[in-house]
Amino acid sequence: MDNNLFKPGERVAVAASGGKDSTVLAYVMSELNRRHNYGLDLFLLSVDEGITGYRDDSLETVKRNEIEYGLPLKVVSYKDLYGWTMDEIVKTIGLKNNCTFCGVFRRQALDRGAALLKADKLVTGHNADDIAETVLLNILRGDIARLSRCTFITTGEDGPIPRCKPFKYTYEKEIVMYAYFKKLDYFSTECIYSPNAYRGFAREFIKDLERMRPRAILDIIRSGENFRTATSTKMPEQGTCERCGYISSQKLCKACLLLEGLNRGLPKLGIGRARGTNGLNKRVEQRNLRSERTGSNIESKQCGTLDF
Amino acid sequence: MQLTLEFGGGLELLCQSSKIHNVDVKPNPGEDKLTMRDLLAWVKSNLIKERPEMFMKGDSVRPGLLVLVNDCDWELCGSLDTELEEKDVVVFYLYLAWWLASVCRVTTSVEFISPYILSTVLPIVQSLVAGVCD
Repeated sequence: MDNNLFKPGERVAVAASGGKDSTVLAYVMSELNRRHNYGLDLFLLSVDEGITGYRDDSLETVKRNEIEYGLPLKVVSYKDLYGWTMDEIVKTIGLKNNCTFCGVFRRQALDRGAALLKADKLVTGHNADDIAETVLLNILRGDIARLSRCTFITTGEDGPIPRCKPFKYTYEKEIVMYAYFKKLDYFSTECIYSPNAYRGFAREFIKDLERMRPRAILDIIRSGENFRTATSTKMPEQGTCERCGYISSQKLCKACLLLEGLNRGLPKLGIGRARGTNGLNKRVEQRNLRSERTGSNIESKQCGTLDF
Repeated sequence: MQLTLEFGGGLELLCQSSKIHNVDVKPNPGEDKLTMRDLLAWVKSNLIKERPEMFMKGDSVRPGLLVLVNDCDWELCGSLDTELEEKDVVVFYLYLAWWLASVCRVTTSVEFISPYILSTVLPIVQSLVAGVCD
C-alpha cells in the first residue's frame, strides 16, 4: 500500500509463466481487483521461449488460468520476435550461458507484448527469495548499476513500460502455502536448461540461510535497498539502441548484441565483460588474441567503489 | 500409531509413485511419544526407495520442502520436536527444483567462487546478511 503501485483505470499486464509465482499473482490480483474495486484492467501475458517438454506444458497451464480467472491471454514467442527458439540457441551455444540469452530476450519480449496490449504497467511474480538471490548475484559479479536498481519495487518508470514486483517482500514459502491451500493450478517443473545456471548457487545459499535464520532474506533485501555508491563512480548512461530503439546503456542493446552473435556464429558475443562502448569489435579482437594466449584469463572488473 | 502421509511436488516418485501412504509407525523403544524427528528417520528408511538426498539433508528435511502437520506449518508446531498423535496427517510437499538437491552442487557451491573474490566479498556478504540498517 505504501508503495502506490497502481492507479484506478490502469491497464496492467500480468507476466504469467504457469509457475507458482505467476499463478498466485494472477489469482491475487484478480481477487483484490474484484473485492476492492481497484478498477484495473488485467491481462495475462506469456512468453513462449520454444523449449519443448517444458514451455509447451506450462503454456497449457496458463491457458487454463485464462479460463479460470477470466483474464484475456496474449502469448509472444521468441520465434516470432527474434527468429530463434531456445532449443536452437542451446544447440548453437552449448549448455552454458543459456540463461543470459533467455533472460535478456524475455525482458524485451515482455515489454513488446505489453506494448502490443497497450498496457500501462507490467507485473511479475518475483518473490523475496528471487530478489535476495539477485542482490547476492550482483554483489558477486560486482555489478553496481544493477545492484542499485534491482531492489526497486517498480523499475523502468522512465522507460516504455514500468515493471512492478508486488511480491517483493513475500517469501517463496508463503506463496507455495497459499497456492497449496487455495488449491491453485500451477506447473511445478523447472526449466530443463537451468541446472547450469550461476543463480543456482546463490539460491542454495539463500535456502540454507533461510533454514538457520529466516529473517536473513528480508535483511538482504533491506541491505540491498540501502546501498549507496560513491558519487564519483561512473555509471552507465541510459540511451537507446541504434538498431531497435529499445532502452540501452551501450550503442546496441543487449538483445541486439546477442542476436548479432547468434546470426554471425559468434556465440560468445555479449557474454562476459566488454570494455568500452564498442563491444562488438572488442570481442572479435579478443577471440583472435585468446587463441594465441595459453594462460588463464581472469576477468575481474571494478565497476566503482562501494560506499556504505 | 496410525498416520497418513502425503507426498507432493514430485516427491511421490521417490516412494513408488504413490502420493498417499497410510502407515503404522511405532515410537522408539523406551519412549511413548513419536516426534517428527523419529518419523523422518522412519520415512527415510522405510518409504524412500531412491535418492534420499531429495528428502533429507542432515537430520532435517532439505530446504525447499514444505512440511504440514494437520494443515499447519510444522515450524509453528516445533519443527523436529513436534509430537505426533493418532490419525495425524503429515504432508511433504517439494516446491523447489529437483536439480538443486544433487549432492555435488551442495558441496561445491563455495568452491565455485575463487579464493581471491571470497576474501574480499565474504565480509560484505556477512554484513549484508546481518542487515545493515537493523
